[in-house]
Formats: sequence, C-alpha cells, structure tokens
Amino acid sequence: MIAEAGLAALWLAAGLAAYQLVLMLLALRTDVEVVRPMRAVAVVQGALTMIAFAMLLLVFARSDMSVALVFENSHSAKPFIYKVAGAWGNHEGSMLMWVTILAVAGALLALFSRRTGERTLIAALGSQALLALGFYAFLLIASNPFARLSPAAPDGQGLNPLLQDPGLAFHPPTLYLGYVGLSVAFSLAVGALLTGEVDSRLARAMRPWVLGAWILLTLGITAGSYWAYYELGWGGYWFWDPVENASLMPWLAATALLHSINVLASRGALKAWTMMLAVIAFSMSMVGTFLVRSGILTSVHAFAIDPERGTFLLALLAIYVGAAFTLFALRGATLKEGAPFELVSRETGLVINNLLLSVILGIVFLGTLYPLFVEAISGEKLSVGAPYFNSVAGPLALFLAVLVGIGPLLSWRRERRRVFGLLKVPALLAATALAITIILAPGIGILPRLGLTIAAFLAAASVLPLVVRNPLRAPLATWGMVIAHFGIAVALIGMAANAAFSAETLAIAKPGETLNVGPWFVQLKDVTPTAGKNYTALEAELRASRGDGMIVLNPQTHYYSDPPTETNESAIRTVWNGQLYTVLGRSDPSGGWQLRLWWKPFVTLIWAGGALIAFGGALALLGRLWRIRRPRRARGEWHRKGYA
Amino acid sequence: MSKAVRFAPLALLVLLVAALVWRLATPVDTNVHSKLEGRPVPVFALAPALPTKATVSSSDLATGRPRLVNIFASWCVPCVTEVRLLEQLRRKGIAIDGIAIRDRPEDLAEFLARNGDPYERIGSDPQSQVQIALGSSGVPESFIVDGKGIIRYQHIGPIEQADVPTVMATLEQAR
Repeated sequence: MIAEAGLAALWLAAGLAAYQLVLMLLALRTDVEVVRPMRAVAVVQGALTMIAFAMLLLVFARSDMSVALVFENSHSAKPFIYKVAGAWGNHEGSMLMWVTILAVAGALLALFSRRTGERTLIAALGSQALLALGFYAFLLIASNPFARLSPAAPDGQGLNPLLQDPGLAFHPPTLYLGYVGLSVAFSLAVGALLTGEVDSRLARAMRPWVLGAWILLTLGITAGSYWAYYELGWGGYWFWDPVENASLMPWLAATALLHSINVLASRGALKAWTMMLAVIAFSMSMVGTFLVRSGILTSVHAFAIDPERGTFLLALLAIYVGAAFTLFALRGATLKEGAPFELVSRETGLVINNLLLSVILGIVFLGTLYPLFVEAISGEKLSVGAPYFNSVAGPLALFLAVLVGIGPLLSWRRERRRVFGLLKVPALLAATALAITIILAPGIGILPRLGLTIAAFLAAASVLPLVVRNPLRAPLATWGMVIAHFGIAVALIGMAANAAFSAETLAIAKPGETLNVGPWFVQLKDVTPTAGKNYTALEAELRASRGDGMIVLNPQTHYYSDPPTETNESAIRTVWNGQLYTVLGRSDPSGGWQLRLWWKPFVTLIWAGGALIAFGGALALLGRLWRIRRPRRARGEWHRKGYA
Repeated sequence: MSKAVRFAPLALLVLLVAALVWRLATPVDTNVHSKLEGRPVPVFALAPALPTKATVSSSDLATGRPRLVNIFASWCVPCVTEVRLLEQLRRKGIAIDGIAIRDRPEDLAEFLARNGDPYERIGSDPQSQVQIALGSSGVPESFIVDGKGIIRYQHIGPIEQADVPTVMATLEQAR
C-alpha cells in the first residue's frame, strides 16, 4: 500500500502542476484573480511530492522486496542508514528527489515571495509548474520508482560494498539541492522576461535563491573533491572528469550570476546579461543532470546507458532551455539598461568578473564536449585532459583572483577616493611571497609561483573592506563576502603548494625496506592478510618518520567477491603542514610490494578554503534574509560609501 | 543588443542538442580493439608450466574449435577471482588454455590447487616473450582464437560476470 500511496501522491502532484500552468495561462489572457489559488496549488503540490518521497524512504527503510527498485538496489543486511540512502542512490529515486526539490522550491517561492511584482510571480510559478510537469512525466512514464515486483523477492541484490560510504550517501543530495535551487532563478527570469519587470526588485527576490543554491553547490563540489581524493587512491583532488565538470559548470554560472545580480539590485544595470545568466545557470544544471543520468560521456562515474531515458531528458532540456532562449531573443531588445557607470567603478569590476567567469565556463564546457563534437564530425576519438584545462583556465582564474582583491574596494558608479593606496600592504605581501618562492624554491612552475604570490595578495586584500571601517558595524553580508573571498586565497595556497611542492614515490619495496618521499622516511614493516565483514584484505604496516617521532599507517587492498572487485584503501595522515598519503599496490613476483607514497604540503587548505567560501555565502544569506525581514534598517554610511 | 547576439544562445543550444542526439543514437564503444584481431596467432612453442600438464603452442590453437587463451599468473591477485569464473565457463564446455607469466611451478601448482584448474594446457612464459608477441600488456588478459587459429577478440583485465555474455557471443561467432 505504501508504494501505491507514493505513486498516487505523484500523480496528484502532476495534476496540480498542470492546473497551476492553466491558472497562469488564464492570468495572461484575463483579469481573473489567480495569485492566491496559485500560491495554494504550489504549496499543496510541494507537500504531495514530499509525501511521495517519504513513501519511497519508507519502502527502502522497511526493505520491502515487493518493490522492484528496492529489490534491485537494497538488501535486508545493509546498515539502516545505507538502506535509507539507497533510496536516492539509483536512477529512479534520484529523479524523484530531483522533482521533490523542484516542487518544494516552487512552494517556498509561492509562500515567501513578497518582493516581486504580482504578475511576475504568477509567470514564475507557471514556469516552475511547467518544469515540474516535464519531470513528473519523465518519472511516471519512463522511470516509475514505485513499480511492483511480482512475486516479491526473498531478498535484494544491492549489497555493493563500494556504495556504502557516507560521502556517497550525502554528496548527491547536496549537489541536487544546489542544481534545483537554481530553477527558481530560472523561473523568476522567465517570468520577468514575460512581464518585462526586470528591475532591482526582481534581483533582490532572486538573490537569496541564487545564494542558497550556490552555497550548496560549493559544499557539494568541495565534498565530492575530498571523497575522490581519499577514496580513489590516485592522490588527486580534481580530475576534470566529465561528471566533475558537470557540477563545476552550474557553479561557475551561479558565481557569475551571484555577482551580476548585485549590480542589478543596487544599480538597475546589466539587466539582459543577468537574465541570460539566470537561464544559463539552471540550463547547466540540466545539462549536468543529463550528462550524469544518460551516461553518454565516459567517466570514472560509470552509470548505465539507457537510450530511452537519455532521449526523454534531452527532450526536456531542449524544450525548456530552447523556450527560455527564444523568450530572451524576442524580449531581450526591450530591456532598457540602467544607470551608467564610469571605467573605474564597482560595476566595471563586476563586469570583468562576469566576463572572466563566463570565459572559464566556456573553456570547461568546450573541453567537456569537444571530444563529442569531433567524433560526430570526423569519427576520430580523442580525450581532453587536465593539461588543457589547467593551462587555459588557470591563468584566467589567477587574473580573476587578483580582481577579487580589488573589486570590493571600489564604489558604485564612479571611484573618487584613492582606494589603490589601500592596496600597498597586500602588494608588499605579494612581492615578499614572490621573493621567498624565488629564493627558496627556484625550480617550481610559473603557475604555482604566481598562485602563491596572488594568494598572499588576496589573503590581505580580501579583508580590507572590513579593516577600513569599524568591522563590528559592517553588515553581515559584507562579513560573508570577506570570508568567502579570503577562502579563495586559502584554497589557492593549497592548490599552488600542492602543485609546486608535492613529492611522489612509486616503488617496489620488500618488508624491512625504507623509501623516501619529501621529508619523510617510510619503512615497510610487513604486509599481512586480514578480513572484514564482506571482504578479505591485505594490510601493510608502514612506519613513517621525519625526525620527530614515528607514525604508523595501514593502507589496505580490499578484495570483494560479490561482485568481484578490488579497491585500494589509502591511509592518510594529516599533520599541520600537509598530508602523507599512502597506497598499497600489487605484489611482485620477487616478493616485494608496490607502494605509492605522496607528501602533499598544505593540501588540506584546498577543502578548508572551499568550506570557508560556503560559510561566507551562508553568512551573506543570513544577512540578506535578516534585511528582508527588517527592510528599513541598516541603510547607513556603508551603502553610500559602497562597502556593502 | 543586435538580433544576432540575442539569437546566438539559441543557435548554440541547437548545435549542442544535435551533438547529444547523435551520441544517443551511436553509443560509445568502450572496448579496446587489438590490432591483432582478425590475424593468425603468432607462431610460438612454450615449455610446460607444470610437469603433470601439457603445454600450449600456436599449433594447438588451430584445431577446428574456438578456444579461450588466458594470460595469467599465480602472483596476480585479480586472477584469483577470474580463475573461478573461468572454471564456470569450462563447465559450460569452453576450451581454455593458459599461459603463465613469470611463474614458478610450485607457486602455480598451489594456485591451481587452491582456486581450481580450468585449463586444458598451460605453457610457461618466464620472460613474457609470447605475451609481448600477442600484444598483451598486462595480467590477466584473454584472447578468443577461432578454429583456424585466427584471433577474434582480446579482453584486457579480468573477465568478470558482466563480461560473460560478450565472451560467450564471441565464442559462438568464432565457431
């Protein structure tokens, strides 16, 4: 009964979405009062999807093997938490989660949006209903999560131990919340293009949604990067894998949108551009979902290819993005640009920021899909790897990091003060950092050297907006911005130090032998067999020292028999200035063992920086929501002087 | 904003969708195809790997029925799970020969005693010479050779449960 209740809730929600769309079309043609019923319908629709999703969680929690999805993806012997997480660890469940987030976001928009014009809200809710309708159809026609299995199976097939990892259980929902949160920005943009009400009110209504989605995307990408780092055993934190790029592209678009939205909110400028970005950001989310779910690009994230589902998703993507782009092409010309600005101004800084982010987005997009285009035209197979992305996007990202230090100091419209004088200290720090790297490490590459220099500059420059005035009286949003920008500097130090100073040793060692990596001496004591719950393993005992006491690391190789899989479990030790990363490889006929050892100085700063960026975003979001509740307060000196 | 600029995103979307439609219609072939596929097995003769078991030479591979040639070693960990699967294939009536790479008779005998022995013949390749002649770069790998001694298929890495349908179909075609 539970599964049927879930399916019924889903059908009802789809019906309400259709009704919501009809109400919007009615409002476009007549003067019927629809905003109140539309709000109600959107809220009920969101509640129904939550019921459907709860029913799915329930059948997974109860291991109901009469539901085909549970049979295929779960097992009664799984730990409870992974039974529940198994609900979204598969195609159907993850698409139900997608549409649930979409409908709940629509409900929240209906409940809390008081800032946009009424007609724009109606149009936006209509757009949200149209989006949801497509995905309901996808679920109900091509991927029903509640399909029954008759007769019920005695137990499930999904005991794959590789998927039982806390990182894998919570990384996808975070990313999905970010992806789908951008749908509200998309709908608001579509609504405003329909009504022509592209103004600062719209930007302020859109901003919390973009900020919230962006925070979750930042967290999701940071967590995914750390998961790949410790789990795959390759010692890297970013592989430019198509699925990683699929999450990076919406983030880049959302970051650009986050900044251009401020120009629209404060100055009423960049109207067409901001609307375009809002459409692109969610389009990138749909492209990302399509790439992952259709499995058409070869990647370490191996998902099964399903042509029918792929075609369905692609059709949805083409319809939604195509409609939004068409609307933009038809209505874009009617948008009047807002107040003018001079060359040295915050607006100019944000325009350059947006251009750079868009170019980087274009580079990632092209690199990800280039092999596909080439093969379609010439039949030749090729792959685009890290060297392309690093050497093309890297310098642009560094230039952008310099700008991040300067931009927030400029005031709107026209800069009259001598702000560049403020940058003396950061510039001095950067010069010192450059001198130190030249003296102490003359052999490192140009990008890492510039990275360290610019990180030193940015670390100091990013806090200036707080230092020049009383920090305690600064709005929360300013604190958030400063912390997020400082986080970029922190992450940049981690990346540059990792690129410049990492040491790697790949060697065959016999028990008793000692290997050297960076400042460490690592002795292979012994390799012994051990056993876990559902695997057998070989475990190495490594004794590592760099002159100040010994630490023991135990990297393992796991062998699972069902399905037959071999995994390398790396052993990582974090010390204050980096991580020692060890992997046990294969045995050698001579009696030795392959060992891979890395010394990665300051590598943890990469994820610490990512967490700081997200935390800064969260503070800014809190500050914005606080101001929405108390709109007339805190509009003093900060705003006139342009520090907020 | 000129008309061209306003319609540019739409044009780009059409290009993207066209490429993705093409990809959905022609799925990727992720198999690595050997240059030796369609060519005869290079001529070789190996010493026996075990005193109790016949060895394999290129002439043994052209006997009128398709055979699976498995390159393995007792020191290779993935081979442990693979050899159990090969045993299941043998029970289905598939002829399997082995080439043991850089192995020692006593290790090999223990490996087969512990994990099962699906091999009709095993040749010893102490210097990986035949392995290199076959164009194999690692252990384990498998070749399907038809009744005339022509290589039909090369499988890199261990044969897993998911690969069995492909292997069976190729053997059927090689008949």
